Amino acid sequence: MTQLTALGKSPAAPAARRGPGRPRRAIALNLLAVVLGLIIWTLLASIGVQGLPGPLQVAAKAGELIADGTLLDDALASLRRVLLGFLLGTFLAVPIGFLMGWYATARGLLEPYVQFFRTIPPLAIIPLAIVLMGIGEVPKVFVIFLASFLSSVVATFQGVVDVDKTLINAARVLGASDRTIFLKVVVPASTPFILVGMRVGLGSAWGTLVAAELIAAQEGLGFRMQQAQLYYDLSTIFVGLIAIGLLGLLMDRLLLLAERRLTGWQERR
Amino acid sequence: MNAKISFTDVAKTYPVKDGTFTALDRVSLDIADREFVTVVGPSGCGKSTLMSMAAGLVEPTSGGVLVDGVPVAGPGPDRGVIFQQYALFPWLTVRKNVEFGLKLTDLPAGERRRRAERAIELVGLSDFADALPKTLSGGMKQRCAIARAYAVNPQVLLMDEPFGALDALTRVQLQDQLLDTWSQEQRTVMFITHDVDEAVYLARRVIVMAARPGRIQQIIDVDLPYPRTEEMRLSPEFGRIRNEVWHAVYHQAPA
Ligand SMILES: Nc1ncnc2c1ncn2[C@@H]1O[C@H](COP(=O)(O)OP(=O)(O)O)[C@@H](O)[C@H]1O
Ligand SMILES: [Mg+2]
Repeated sequence: MTQLTALGKSPAAPAARRGPGRPRRAIALNLLAVVLGLIIWTLLASIGVQGLPGPLQVAAKAGELIADGTLLDDALASLRRVLLGFLLGTFLAVPIGFLMGWYATARGLLEPYVQFFRTIPPLAIIPLAIVLMGIGEVPKVFVIFLASFLSSVVATFQGVVDVDKTLINAARVLGASDRTIFLKVVVPASTPFILVGMRVGLGSAWGTLVAAELIAAQEGLGFRMQQAQLYYDLSTIFVGLIAIGLLGLLMDRLLLLAERRLTGWQERR
Repeated sequence: MNAKISFTDVAKTYPVKDGTFTALDRVSLDIADREFVTVVGPSGCGKSTLMSMAAGLVEPTSGGVLVDGVPVAGPGPDRGVIFQQYALFPWLTVRKNVEFGLKLTDLPAGERRRRAERAIELVGLSDFADALPKTLSGGMKQRCAIARAYAVNPQVLLMDEPFGALDALTRVQLQDQLLDTWSQEQRTVMFITHDVDEAVYLARRVIVMAARPGRIQQIIDVDLPYPRTEEMRLSPEFGRIRNEVWHAVYHQAPA
């Protein structure tokens, strides 16, 4: 049997999580690292690395961009694109992944396409998307959609294929029909894989954003950074980068939280 | 006397790269109603394959399996199966695991609950009814799996090395508990093990299998009365039967 390899770590990988009681020492070290980073940044800026703004300058710029509403508008525009593409991608990916995992025919028909498109970085689709879909919102959302679709579909498919056969047999010997087995065993058993796929998908969706916003956007974090680049406005670029990083982290943490809630039953070794 | 489970000339072959591999070679065996038989043999001799045919999870290449005189066509709740790997649904609590099979019947909700409660009580897991499997020890997991099988009240219990992964003390406790419930409810039990002591302690008949090809080597009667006790384990008669089984298992003429 040919199998796609799941993206990311197996959901059972213990290293992927930290318990709620994360040691104080680790938190203290994290804080220390941030402070050290800021100090080094300040030093680099003050000894005059060409055009590099210091943390205070960037903070001032951020204040400015927040005050005039630009940052919020840009962030919302970017979030809208990412969430739209991501949700469409995931909602389509999960049923298709289930189909591929459950029916050999569907797998045979769809696997070549999934395998092939997976090897193409979503960004490489941009020229094609522009030609076919113009320069509006559609090609941007499409590229993000594709990025999240491909990672979720593979993870779901892999999750279904990897469902423990003894669990399926345990349900069968209790008299469960195929339908019941699918709904009551396969779906819950593959949930951890799907959630991991979604996290990877969200990561790649977010990663595709800036490039997608290079396509004649009027607003968005990527667009703002592109504009700033024209004027050598490094502070704005930094604000954009930090905003992208923080939003990405926030979304990832939210999904992680959902994952913990939904898959707390998993045995960890 | 009518057999509860009857294997007639069952064979199972698997295609391999250079021809076919014979996992089971024309095995015939009758298990009486309410009988407790154990099956022992070296690993790979086809014990699981034989049991899975009665469970309806594996189809024989030739020959037939009858349960109550009716050919087996797929699995069914009349035959409870207990796997070595427990096979509990990890996202369900003990109670929900035990109710899983009951929900597939048309019993009213109240009756389902009552039966689940009773099965959980029978295996002594009442205090853990709302616990998730990941919080249970191996022995408790297997007791939960047993309760899940009992709940739908099957007439036949098929157990594939159910205590194989447990420590010696837990194993002995579960053996006694199993015999206890069996003496009350008298199901037909086919119990696979690789532990000769366990095979003799539980069974009225021990089926010794041999490998390559998988076949029945010898059937040894255990003429000890039920209930079996700890003293019996130490009795000379028990020792004699154990030696006989041991010899049949481990001094097989090479095929
Ligand atoms: N799907 C399969 N394909 C090929 N060989 C198999 C398959 N299932 C079982 N076998 C082989 O059949 C033999 C009997 O297996 P099994 O019934 O599991 O033995 P036991 O339970 O006695 O250890 C083993 O040698 C095993 O490798
Ligand atoms: Mg086996």
